[in-house]
Amino acid sequence: MVSATRDQRVKRKAAQETTTTITKKIGGDKNGGERTITKTVGSKWYNADNVKTPVASRKHVHKPRKLRASLKPGAVLILLSGRHRAKRVVMLGSLPSGLLLVTGPYAINGVPMRRVDAAYVIATSTIVDVSGVDVSKYDDAYFKRTKKPSGVDVDMEESAKRPVPEHKIADQKAVDAALIAEIKKDSLLKPYLSSLFTLTDGQAPHELKF
Amino acid sequence: MPYARFVQIGRVCLVNYGPMRGSLVVVVNVVDHNRVLVEGPAAGISRQVIRLTRLSLTDLMVPIQLGARPGTLAKAYAKAGIDEAWAASSWGKKLSTRSKRANLSDYDRFKVMVARKTKSRAIGKEVKRLKKAAA
Repeated sequence: MVSATRDQRVKRKAAQETTTTITKKIGGDKNGGERTITKTVGSKWYNADNVKTPVASRKHVHKPRKLRASLKPGAVLILLSGRHRAKRVVMLGSLPSGLLLVTGPYAINGVPMRRVDAAYVIATSTIVDVSGVDVSKYDDAYFKRTKKPSGVDVDMEESAKRPVPEHKIADQKAVDAALIAEIKKDSLLKPYLSSLFTLTDGQAPHELKF
Repeated sequence: MPYARFVQIGRVCLVNYGPMRGSLVVVVNVVDHNRVLVEGPAAGISRQVIRLTRLSLTDLMVPIQLGARPGTLAKAYAKAGIDEAWAASSWGKKLSTRSKRANLSDYDRFKVMVARKTKSRAIGKEVKRLKKAAA
């Protein structure tokens, strides 16, 4: 079989592309059966000036963050920054914002349910079963703080003593109860979670296995 | 007798440098004062020339002839029970402990710490009791 030469193929392709009309079937007896219509109607006028349209920005496209493989729900993490640094906490899951949802549990080491950045944790290979903990109601909005009205003088003492909302205390208790039941199955897990992570002599963090 | 271990045919050595570090090899032939031909049947190390500075001689020996074939060596190695003897030796135990310790997870290290504390507390208690009894 002789294949078409290159010239023939180019011509055929050009012919396909330059077809600018479509034949449409038209109903009715006196309408000729079909009509040829141009595919696209061009603009009726041209701008005299060359107006530049801005190129669509490729930044700020929210992609779901890809977590490293060691960050699985139930993993025991070591926090590296913030007021709870060096504490060992249980990861409950990750949120759409890319932050991790963790809890101490609060009853064991005083870390409430909070969001942490994955960059500021060390993931350990220890996994606690968190399938019994319902975290479906916790999203980024849950942890969002209400902004203080600007320009209003806030009494410092009053703002410092801002109480924890009742519903958050109840939520924390519910999550703690489910988690602690699981933690109790391993007798050393509770003291482990309540202890702080430290480096001792001869320990190099980059050579340690977690 | 000043020396007990010699570079000789059948001498089991520990590689202490490079990618084969930590594996046992057997001297099959001696090239010169610095290099020997070795093979590690259990560690899967093919026959090759290696510098003696990269080897540590062990007490173990495999009864083989000079230039023994790989099959012969593997049989003699298994028959002599080199791996078992190495695992039972204090040197082998030390290395296995070291690698075990290095591979502990964070939780495992915590468990070791707790075990160590429990042990020393028990010892301290007993020492105190004995001291009291002696006084």
